[in-house]
Amino acid sequence: MKQGSRFWAWLVFGVGTTYFILPLLATFEFSLRKRRGEYSFDAYRSVFEDPNFQTTFTYSVVVAIFTILLGVLLVVPTAYWIRLRLPNLRPVVEFITLLPLVIPAIVIVFGYIRMFGSNSTLPFLATARGTDVLLVIGYAVLALPYMYRAVDTGLRTIDVRTLTEAAQILGAGWTTIIARIILPNVLIAVLSGAFLSFAIVIGEFTMASLLNRPAFGPYLQNIGANSAYEPSALAIISFAITWGCMSLIQILSRFAPKSANRPN
Amino acid sequence: MADSTMPQTASVSPRAPEISRLRLPLHWLGVAPFFVFALLFLILPTVGLIAGAFKNAAGDYTFENIIALSQPKLAAAYLVSIQISVVSAVLGALIGLAMAVAVVRGGLPSWLRSATLTFSGVASNFAGVPLAFSFIATLGRLGVATILLRDIFGINIYSLGFSIFSFWGLVLTYLYFQIPLMIVIITPAVDGLKKEWGEAAATLGATNWQYWRMVVIPVLWPSFLGTTVLLFANAFGAVATAYALTGPSLNIVPIQLFAQIRGDVLYNPNLGYALALGMIVITGLANLFYILFQRRAERWLK
Repeated sequence: MKQGSRFWAWLVFGVGTTYFILPLLATFEFSLRKRRGEYSFDAYRSVFEDPNFQTTFTYSVVVAIFTILLGVLLVVPTAYWIRLRLPNLRPVVEFITLLPLVIPAIVIVFGYIRMFGSNSTLPFLATARGTDVLLVIGYAVLALPYMYRAVDTGLRTIDVRTLTEAAQILGAGWTTIIARIILPNVLIAVLSGAFLSFAIVIGEFTMASLLNRPAFGPYLQNIGANSAYEPSALAIISFAITWGCMSLIQILSRFAPKSANRPN
Repeated sequence: MADSTMPQTASVSPRAPEISRLRLPLHWLGVAPFFVFALLFLILPTVGLIAGAFKNAAGDYTFENIIALSQPKLAAAYLVSIQISVVSAVLGALIGLAMAVAVVRGGLPSWLRSATLTFSGVASNFAGVPLAFSFIATLGRLGVATILLRDIFGINIYSLGFSIFSFWGLVLTYLYFQIPLMIVIITPAVDGLKKEWGEAAATLGATNWQYWRMVVIPVLWPSFLGTTVLLFANAFGAVATAYALTGPSLNIVPIQLFAQIRGDVLYNPNLGYALALGMIVITGLANLFYILFQRRAERWLK
């Protein structure tokens, strides 16, 4: 490379990096300023001691776990079956899994509110528990594109047909095949999808707020409207969570099998 | 194929057709939960909204709601939304491309490349309420960067007309997830630029500028356009960042829709459905163009 282009590359990279690092540094600095005249972690302490933080965060973690379980239950058998028996349906299923990227979350939840009200045939919104279930379902829909891609990529690296036939010869039923043969083989892919889902779901605001659930996202928004330093502390905590999820995905991807045993 | 044995046995045994008739639906049972789920929780709710957009309060079919979208407040909301999305998408795409080219082709140390890609993966998912907090802490009226600029450089950006709660403030904030998303998507395309093309161009006597104009730009163009429309859709549907940054005051479509769902501020539920339909149409068109451009782009990535 010529000297000139390297200079431009460093310049572009430097300006870009400044733009990305500066808000993080500024937010961190701001979050330490709660005590007058000196830096302290008071804002973090007040966040962690806030009972609303504890309850909403726990609520969102539980919702995220159920979202991941629902996503796995939904996606793994489907992706497996499409690969094994119904490859013609693959474009249709792929199209459906991409729809949540096309239809904004706010529109999906609007549809839910209209369709599952107390007077409907499926009155999810009539009870708080039902609304929780609907929120999990909505999050599973939001995470569907990522979950499906992760699992499908994982399935590509194993020989689905041979594994299935071998298991059948040994007398395994479908549940056993999926739970004890396929799932362990794509576990790393499933976990990547799970962590990405977690990162998306944990601070989600729109759906939780419109369904009136006491989740972490609406709590964040509420704190932002009412206090000065705690929002910065929460932003840093949220960034750390996102970073943690992505790092786990990176680490996991090192353990994933690299090449396909059989291209199909 | 396990199924290919079925027709053969069918011709021998009279019972076989019955079995094959029984097997066909069983095949479908494997994907039935997925399709039922998608139908119930993705397709029907959306179709219901779309149908609602073409009905009046009494349930008769009408175009009134679609026409009512042209009332000044809603038309302005669409206009501002589209402007913010276009500006943040184009800037995000240009800056993201420049950074991807710098990292992949610029002769920077290779660890910077993986660090940039990892960070981009994180930042493209760091949207919503916390992102708004970060930018308020940085460029708000009392933000760290605002104070630094004022005290050290003597530039008071707020007296110059800047506000983090304004159009450009929102664009600047959106870029924090737009640029990384561009980097994540465009890097494989930049990687696909083969070294041989540069050497071939140089052999034929092309200058650096000619190489860029006649090889690089035409090859990257479809990926660039495709990702730009994807960024557009990404910004257009974003609610949480804008809501946390500006509150319900900013007149953009997602926030209008949010207020409408919360409390029927338009005093007409069906007009709310029309508002949602407008969003689906716009993001749907953007994604359609993305797919078309991406198809064109894949020619060069083999």
